[in-house]
Amino acid sequence: MEVLLFAVGAALSVAGGLGVVAARQPVHSALSLLLVLGSLAVLYLTLAAEFLAVLQVIVYAGAIVVLFLFVIMLLHARTPESRPSPLGGQWSLAVPLGAALWAGLSYAVLQLPAATHELPPEFGSTEAVGRELFSRFLLPFEVASLLLLVGIVAAVVLGSSPAPPSVPPRSASGREEA
Amino acid sequence: MTAVVVEAVVKSAVLLAVLLTATAYEVLLERKLLGRFQVRYGPNRVGPWGLLQPLADGIKLLTKEDFAPAGADRVVYVTAPVLLMTTALFVYAVIPFGPEVELFGRRVSLYLADVNTALLLVLGASSIGVYGLILGGWSSNSKYSLLGGLRSSAQVISYELSLALAVLAVVLEAGSLSLVRIVQAQESGWFVVRQPVAFLVFFLSALAETNRAPFDLPEAEQELVAGYQTEYGGFKFVMFYIAEYVAMITQGALAATLFLGGWHGPVLPPVVWFGVKVLAFVVVLIWIRATVPRVRYDQLMGLGWKVLIPVALANLLVSAVLLL
Repeated sequence: MEVLLFAVGAALSVAGGLGVVAARQPVHSALSLLLVLGSLAVLYLTLAAEFLAVLQVIVYAGAIVVLFLFVIMLLHARTPESRPSPLGGQWSLAVPLGAALWAGLSYAVLQLPAATHELPPEFGSTEAVGRELFSRFLLPFEVASLLLLVGIVAAVVLGSSPAPPSVPPRSASGREEA
Repeated sequence: MTAVVVEAVVKSAVLLAVLLTATAYEVLLERKLLGRFQVRYGPNRVGPWGLLQPLADGIKLLTKEDFAPAGADRVVYVTAPVLLMTTALFVYAVIPFGPEVELFGRRVSLYLADVNTALLLVLGASSIGVYGLILGGWSSNSKYSLLGGLRSSAQVISYELSLALAVLAVVLEAGSLSLVRIVQAQESGWFVVRQPVAFLVFFLSALAETNRAPFDLPEAEQELVAGYQTEYGGFKFVMFYIAEYVAMITQGALAATLFLGGWHGPVLPPVVWFGVKVLAFVVVLIWIRATVPRVRYDQLMGLGWKVLIPVALANLLVSAVLLL
């Protein structure tokens, strides 16, 4: 059962990854990314990390890819891409580098000792993750939150353009003409 | 193992049948009530009191031509309503309708699953449902659909935040994300009494989450025809419609579970109490639709970001301090 779930999740995530790179339309790329993130959540579930799996769906699939889609839809006209891909020349480098990365990762994983001990029953639950976050990993957790705060402040600063020199005249009805 | 699987399958089938029937009659209820609010009769020709109207509507919609607009992105166009309806129905896997009961000599729990992260699953499902709106709007190749899709997804994402913040106060009170445990924690008193501010924020956010009047900006008829579902017809349109009305029942079920004591209540059996609470919530939603005019889009965003989120945050802070 677990092997089956893993196989389906892994196959879907690889298929999604290929889709992100190969899709012609930016929206299809974003949807493939959604598939990758969703199947990663399934893989987390097979690892008994249910809290992490749900957070993966809420944060990445629910928030980040939606923002991607927003930007794509607002910026791109819905015309089929006819110009040649700007990444054409990178294939020759990408394939050997990707293979090297895959070999390195496989080597590292195979070096690991097989997991022998049973997981505690609480493993992966909200309580367990929360307790770890606020005890053992308190410092990294707080530093990460500071980093996010800096990001938010930066976004606000960049997003708030300087005030226009003069207020545009209002129309007679008192309403802005859109 | 087999018994567990069979039980889950039977429960899912019953749940699906009940939900889809409830949705069909919810539409009739809305049309009847709107009729009464506007001093007319509402549907009363098909069957006694118009009771067969949902059936007639269903047959009519199912026999319609299955079309797609020119230039539509076919795959995405079909996926969008399926995605929206599936996520809307998925939520019911974790919503508890009643406690464990004795049925046919077997102890049966009146919920499909009691998972540790149930509340997060509900929020996650609704955030996936947003894709149905945004993709339906985009793939139709129509400016009204695109604008409606963008509007509704911006609205749903914004109000999801205040909804989640309001619900977190309940999680603090109950000390668990499991909906079953949250209901059990309300045996002595409903959380609406202890968390009135959270309930108010939850209620307004739920109204906006379901894209209902006075927050029905995504399908503001005067500006956008019908928003993201403009170019849909036949069964694909039905799926959007089912998703919208299931979402209303979902918000009712969430309100009942989180704030109104779930299945707890005197005299009547637990499941009936749960149904009564959900029905009351849905009737209030319809009532509001008949009463309050639509707000402007900037008012909607202002309310969400500048009022509800700060209020919910402050409420969360105060609750946390008081509970500690």
